[in-house]
Amino acid sequence: MQERMRIRAKELLTSGAVQRVLGWKKGDFPYNPEPAFFTAEHELDDLVYDRFCAANLSGYMVEANKQDGKTLVFLKPCDTYSFNQLTKENRVSRDKAWIIGVGCEGNAEVDEMQEIGLLERCKVCTKTEHKVFDELIGEDIQTREKEDRFEQVSDVEKMSPDERFGFWQNQLSRCIRCNACRNVCPACNCKKCVFDSGKYDTEQKANVTSFEEQMFHIIRAYHVAGRCTDCGECSRVCPQAIDLHLLNRKMIKDINELYGEFQAGDDAETPGPLTDYDADTDADPSVVYERG
Amino acid sequence: MLKIAKNNLPALFAVIAKSADLYLPIRKGTVNYAPWSEDADVDLDTLKTVKSPKDFFLPQSETLYTAALAGKKIQLEAEPFADTPFVVFGVKGCDVKGIEILDKVYLSDPVDKFYEARRKHGTIVSMACAEPQATCFCKPFSIDAANPAGDVVAWMADGNLYWEAKTEKGKKLTEIVSSMLESAADDIVTAQQKDIRQKIDALPYNSGLPLDRFKAERLIELFDAPQWDSLYQTCLACGTCTFICPTCQCYDIKDFDAGECVKRYRCWDSCMYSDFTLMAHGNPRKTQKERFRQRFMHKLVYYPDKNDGEYSCVGCGRCVNKCPASLNIVKVIKSLGVNADV
Repeated sequence: MQERMRIRAKELLTSGAVQRVLGWKKGDFPYNPEPAFFTAEHELDDLVYDRFCAANLSGYMVEANKQDGKTLVFLKPCDTYSFNQLTKENRVSRDKAWIIGVGCEGNAEVDEMQEIGLLERCKVCTKTEHKVFDELIGEDIQTREKEDRFEQVSDVEKMSPDERFGFWQNQLSRCIRCNACRNVCPACNCKKCVFDSGKYDTEQKANVTSFEEQMFHIIRAYHVAGRCTDCGECSRVCPQAIDLHLLNRKMIKDINELYGEFQAGDDAETPGPLTDYDADTDADPSVVYERG
Repeated sequence: MLKIAKNNLPALFAVIAKSADLYLPIRKGTVNYAPWSEDADVDLDTLKTVKSPKDFFLPQSETLYTAALAGKKIQLEAEPFADTPFVVFGVKGCDVKGIEILDKVYLSDPVDKFYEARRKHGTIVSMACAEPQATCFCKPFSIDAANPAGDVVAWMADGNLYWEAKTEKGKKLTEIVSSMLESAADDIVTAQQKDIRQKIDALPYNSGLPLDRFKAERLIELFDAPQWDSLYQTCLACGTCTFICPTCQCYDIKDFDAGECVKRYRCWDSCMYSDFTLMAHGNPRKTQKERFRQRFMHKLVYYPDKNDGEYSCVGCGRCVNKCPASLNIVKVIKSLGVNADV
């Protein structure tokens, strides 16, 4: 499959159909391939694709979109949802991308150069179909182990308010505000994040209390609500192993329950449930008081 | 050489904690240095804490002074310097070296008084790395993980913790806990040291790193190297590498509006962030390429130039393990070290 990808990428690059290729480059060890742009045919000998290629490349298309010509990008099924979402938000242009959908066998979770299992997102994977592509290479292998991706969210919901506060305090007080979750997130594509703005006090790189990072994470979760595809990159990259995906999944679960089933990135057209709010038929925000 | 049985360590910690604040690796989701308490989940087996122990000398955030209005006058109150003795226990050789690298910045003229006070009051109990890991590369930086620096050095072997005081501070701490320690022969430690050195020699990053190319006389050549154009491209511009690094030392100074007063504080900054070096006229480092280059040039060229050729990387491997885009200093060294003179 990797060989087919190299051959096809070389064809498209040398024919001039695309100006660059966005894929994964061989690392110095098998476990650490890195996202990379390729602009010359010989460089593509270093293109790799395997279960260690976890990085969702769609976010890099925001930058690639500013370059001349088309960019060939390899997207796993779940990555195509992010791409659709970016198209919907006019952050990337569909016709500047040549998308090759690549089959996925699940991504490895890695620690100390060792594969220590499957990423959480792959254990609850619901996205086995490429939602946008020009061509496809390879087959998908089902990695889903659990039927219900909201199981953990439900467990947190069942906690008493004090327990729940304690749970999140334990999680979020570990945050070191490295911004990895934000910067890796395809939905976090603002040109200037409010948390980087010198105009407001939000720019602080320091906390008054160890739990202050809740503000950063809650605001981020709200901002990507209805736009988050649940690609799981935030939890994958968090150096402190915070279960960040739980915040986003809670939003997704609530949206599904209150506004009807919705999967961000399913297509590049349907307005998100929070952007086409209908005062007559949709749930009133005050529903939160009844639901607790 | 002294020793104490491993299962007596909780009692040892209790005694140390009576005389000083005690910090050691504690598991709370991840493993990091944190204050000891009887019910804390102490984890001396995990080799690498997520964050390095540099926090205890250079906290992620600290107030410098407070300014408040008193009538029509502004009253300034300097933050007092640290004056409580503390012990950081279980620090690995790379991280001790990291602190020595910070010393050269913060204890050289002009001396940073906040840092100096913490250094003065802190005692470091280091620990040899019984099980070095795949991402470790301390050896090229002349660090001996089998015999680390520190005020007291400890080895965990054979169900015991072996203890050797190396400095005056270390001897003082030893006196405090002396009734709990018994004398021991050196042979177990000597055997472990040999074992550690063999293991380290076999690790993938510990040989063949082309570091000798990183010299001040090649500064311009390295600065202008074409490799940077591709190396930086998929850097996400997050601060993970800088915040988990034991030697990253840059900070920002800002004001916090606390309502009744303004607190001037400093906090870690990251050269990866877009507002680092932002000045009134704009930012001289316009793109991520310049920011990315700065981080590695600082560690491999600028710092050594000012510090007798000593690199400000200790090979702890945290960035290797944690970079979301699998970029790291080893890849940079390998890429630039080979072709820099072409």
